[in-house]
Amino acid sequence: MTVETAVLSPAAEKLAERIESSPVAGRARVADLDLPTIEVGPKEWVELARFLRDDPGCQYDLFLDLCGVDNLRRRGPAPASRFEAVIHLHSLSRNEHARVRVVLPDHPSETPSLPSVESIWPAADWFEREAYDLYGFDFPGHPNLHRILCHDAFVGHALRKDYAPGQRWFYAEEDLRVPEWAKETDERAGHFETQTISIGPSHPATHGIIHLIARLDGEKIVRAETIIGYLHRCFEKMAEKHHWNQVIPYTDRLNYVSAMNNGVGYVRTVEKMLGIEVPDRGRLVRTILSEFSRIMDHCVCIGANLVDIGALTNFVYLYQNRENIYDLIEACCGARLTVSYVRVGGLAIDVPDDFVPRSRRLLETIPEFLDDVEKLVNNNRIVRNRLSGTGIVSREQAIAWGLTGPMLRASGVAYDVRRARPYDFYDKFDWDIPIARDGDNFSRYLVRMEEMRQSLKIIRQALDVFPAKGPVNSDDWHVVLPPKDAVYHDMESLIYHFKLVMEGIRVPAGERYEWVEGGNGELGYYAVSDGRGGPYRLKVRPPCFPAMAAFEKMVVGGTISDAVATLGTLNVIAGELDR
Amino acid sequence: MALFSKKSSLPAHPPAGATGEGDFLVTKLEEMVGWARKNSLWPFPFATACCGIEFMSVAAAHYDIARFGSEVVRFSPRQADLLIVAGTVTDKMAPVLRKIYDQMPEPKWVISMGVCASSGGFYRAYHVTQGIDEIIPVDVYVPGCPPTPEELIFAILELQKKIASGEMSRDSRSARFAAERLE
Repeated sequence: MTVETAVLSPAAEKLAERIESSPVAGRARVADLDLPTIEVGPKEWVELARFLRDDPGCQYDLFLDLCGVDNLRRRGPAPASRFEAVIHLHSLSRNEHARVRVVLPDHPSETPSLPSVESIWPAADWFEREAYDLYGFDFPGHPNLHRILCHDAFVGHALRKDYAPGQRWFYAEEDLRVPEWAKETDERAGHFETQTISIGPSHPATHGIIHLIARLDGEKIVRAETIIGYLHRCFEKMAEKHHWNQVIPYTDRLNYVSAMNNGVGYVRTVEKMLGIEVPDRGRLVRTILSEFSRIMDHCVCIGANLVDIGALTNFVYLYQNRENIYDLIEACCGARLTVSYVRVGGLAIDVPDDFVPRSRRLLETIPEFLDDVEKLVNNNRIVRNRLSGTGIVSREQAIAWGLTGPMLRASGVAYDVRRARPYDFYDKFDWDIPIARDGDNFSRYLVRMEEMRQSLKIIRQALDVFPAKGPVNSDDWHVVLPPKDAVYHDMESLIYHFKLVMEGIRVPAGERYEWVEGGNGELGYYAVSDGRGGPYRLKVRPPCFPAMAAFEKMVVGGTISDAVATLGTLNVIAGELDR
Repeated sequence: MALFSKKSSLPAHPPAGATGEGDFLVTKLEEMVGWARKNSLWPFPFATACCGIEFMSVAAAHYDIARFGSEVVRFSPRQADLLIVAGTVTDKMAPVLRKIYDQMPEPKWVISMGVCASSGGFYRAYHVTQGIDEIIPVDVYVPGCPPTPEELIFAILELQKKIASGEMSRDSRSARFAAERLE
C-alpha cells in the first residue's frame, strides 16, 4: 500500500516508543510516511485515541480531520482491506502533526464500523457524520449520526468508488430531517411556552446558505442545531475524476473569498508528492498574492459582520480594498475572484512588469481604509455592546472543538501554521501572530484587523526581496507545460505538452498531508495517488467546518441577535464548509 | 423620450407650443407601466456561492447598481420582483429556491447569474441541480464563472428592455397554483 522506509525519522521513532508503552502496544504499527502514521484496527481505536490525547509524550489535543478512503479501484499492491478511516491530529504543545489509519476489516454483510471518538475530541462529531454520509461508515457511540452534506432523500454513499458521479436523487421539501427535539413542545419554562424557529437557509444573516433550527425561551436560545450541506457540490468526487492540474479551478471555489490560498495549498501538496521545487520568484508571487487574499478574506468577514449588526458604512470602506486588490490579481491572471493562477510546479503565467509598483501602491491605500474602519468601530458604543462578551469561546473549548485560525488565536492560543509548520518563506520574514484572550466576538474582530496589518508587513518584506527577473516555474517538463514557443518548434517539447494535456502529471503512488494558513484557519489537503494522472482521493480539511460545528454550542444561552453577530465572526464560507 | 417605442404611432413629444401647465402626455398604459417597472427593480439576491461575492461587488460603491434603479436589495421575497440566482443550486437547495420564487408577487423576473445556476457548470455531479430552469423559469442567463460585474449589469439592462416591451415569462406551474387557489 505505501512504501515504508527502513529507518524511522526521529518523530516517528519517538512516537513508536510511546506506543510501545501504551495499552495498545503490539497491536498498533508506526510507519514513517510524510507524517508519523499509526495503523490500528477499529477495536483498538478508542484506547489509542485516549492515549494519544492524554499521554504527556503525545498530547495530540487538536483534532484536525477524519476522512474515509475506499480502496476498491486502487492500483498497485493489494491493500489490506477496502475501507480505511484516516485521522489527522496535531499537538499544540509539541508542535507535531500525526496521522492515524484505522483499517476497517472487510465483512461482506456488515457495514464498515469504527467506534466514535466524539467523547474524546468533540471536534470529531461532524467529521464522523461526514464519513457516515459519504462512505457509509458506522460510528457506534455517536450521539447524532445522520447525513450531513447530502440531502436526506439521498440513497447510497457518494464517495464510494462504485457510486456513479452523476447519479442524483429527487429531493422535496418535506424530506428535510428536522431534529426530534424540535418537533416536541417544551412547556417547562414557566408560564412561557418555548418556540422553535428556523433561520435560513436563505436569510440575510446566514451569509450563503446555512440553516439554524433554534428553540427559544423568550428571546434566549436554549437549544440549537445547524443544518449544512446546501452547497455540497461534490468537490472531492469531482477531483477524483480529473487530472491533477484540472483540480485547480475546483479548489478556487472552496473558499472563494480568498481563492489564491486554496490553490497554493493544493499545488504544494502535489509538488511535495512529486518532490519538485518551485523557483523563489514563483514562491514569492504565491506568498504575496496569498497575503493579499487573506486581507480580502478578512475584509469581507469583518465588513459583512458589521453589516449584520447595522454598521453599513464599514462594508463600503472594506470592500473598496477588495476592488483594489482585484485590479492587481486581474492584471496577473485575468480573473477577479476565481483566479486559477497557480499550477503544479509554478504559476500559469508570469506576473506583469508593473507587479511590484502596483503592489506597493496597494500597501499605501489599504491601511487608510483600515484606519477609517477602526475609527468608526473600535470605540463605537453599539458595536462594543453587540460584540464584546458575546459568542465567548474559552481556550479549552477552542482546542476541544478543533478551531484553528483567527478563532483559535482570539481565544489565546498562538497557533498559526505559517509559524508552527512554516512553508515558503514565512520563517524568513519578520511578523507577529496577533492573539486576544477574551475569546469573544470583539476579540475576533481585533485579531483579524491586526492580521491584515501583519499581512501587509509580510508583503512589504517579500516585495523588498522580489527578484526583477527570473523563472516562476520549475523547468521539469514532466510536470510543467513547456513554453508555447518551444512546443511549436521543438518535437520533444510537443510530446511533453501532449502527454501532460492528455494524461496528466504522473504523481508517484503514496499519500501526503500538506497545509497552508487559509483565511479562516489551517487549510489542509490530504491527497492519495495510485500513480495515475489524477488524484485517487483528495480530502480537504476545511477550517470553517469545525467552527460551524461549534456554532450550535456557542449560541446556547445567548439571544438571537447575539447568534447573528457570532455567525459573522466565524467566517464561514459555504463553498469550503460543504465542498 | 424613452417612454415611447419606435413602432408607436403616437407623438413622441408633447405637441408644439405646449407650455407646461395643464399639458398632457399621450402614451399607452402598458408602456407607461413597463417604463416604471424597469427602472425600479427590487432584487432578491439568492446568493449561494462565489457569484454572491461578485454580486456584492455589483452592489458596492465601485459598480453601484443604484445607477440602474435596482439597488433596493430585499431579503424578503414578498417585497422583491427580481430574483437574482447567484451561485450553485444543489438538490438540497432546490425546494428552497422554488418556494422563494412562489412567494414573490407577480410580476416577477429571474436572472440566472453564472454557469452553475444556468447549467450546473463544471459540477456535473450527484448533488448539483443542472441549471435552475429545471425548477423555475429564467428571463436572462449570464455566463461566466463568476460573471464580471459588467456582465451582470448588462444582464440587468437586457432585462430592462424585456420588461419595457411588456413581455412576460409564463410559468405553467405557478399559473396552475394560482388558478387552484382561486377556485
